Amino acid sequence: MLTLAHFLSLGAALFCISVAGIFLNRKNVLILLMCIELMLLAVNMNFVAFSHFLDHIDGQVFVFFILTVAAAEAAIGLAILVVLFRNRRTISVEELADLKG
Amino acid sequence: MPIVEIAFYLFGGVLIGSALSVVTVGNPIYAVLFLVLSFFSAACIWMLMQAEFLAIVLVLVYVGAVMVLFLFVVMMLDVNVNPVKEGFARYLPVGLLVALGMAAQMFMVIWTRGLQEQVLPMAKPQGYSHTTAVGEVLYSTYLYAFEIAAVILLVAIIAAIALTHRRRPETKYQDPSQQVRIKRSERVRLVKMDAEGEES
Repeated sequence: MLTLAHFLSLGAALFCISVAGIFLNRKNVLILLMCIELMLLAVNMNFVAFSHFLDHIDGQVFVFFILTVAAAEAAIGLAILVVLFRNRRTISVEELADLKG
Repeated sequence: MPIVEIAFYLFGGVLIGSALSVVTVGNPIYAVLFLVLSFFSAACIWMLMQAEFLAIVLVLVYVGAVMVLFLFVVMMLDVNVNPVKEGFARYLPVGLLVALGMAAQMFMVIWTRGLQEQVLPMAKPQGYSHTTAVGEVLYSTYLYAFEIAAVILLVAIIAAIALTHRRRPETKYQDPSQQVRIKRSERVRLVKMDAEGEES
């Protein structure tokens, strides 16, 4: 019998995988952006699960807005990445330490 | 085992596996393709939860637009793939520690709070559409937020174009306003000359 806990566990596992991905990928900002997308997917999974099991449609509306903001974030992030690569010829996280105090 | 449960474990397994591949594969092109796979299986799981509108939107917007954008950027950047794995082993312990700690906390919260006894709501009557329900709420209660989302998308478009646009001095282009503003005297030169006599 599928319960709310099953779907929430799936979202939690997805979130933890993407957190680990942010720690592991030190060479490529692109994969960091993908990990952020995965995190947002995990959050959306929780919203949809609660919306389904509590029989409340507002959760799905929130997922809609999160998808909108995530698409905008991906577009701007990738634009920044392109400009960064044009200026520095690298997208490695470790070499982008200009703001280090 | 009912068919819904089989589908949940199948799509959930594919989702977790492809998410693990995204964070470990190293090559950005493979990572994007695995991300497409994980979004697709997430859409299937949302379909199991009867969120059909959001599942379609996820496939259309994410797989169709955002992931294609990622693929374009990956291919434009020409990143050297070989040294990607450096630092992977160095950060593996701390990454695993944080991820497993978070996972333990989350699972403790999820499985000890009685969430697994949450009963499913009554089945919707025949012909009930979640898409209609989302639309009714979206265009009435959340109309203001909906318009703000539209403005956010507009700002994102403008920001992306403004960031990546560059004027290259060597490219030749037409300036229509200058073309329109041209006067006759700047283009045509009238030369007065004597009529040539007839050859005799």
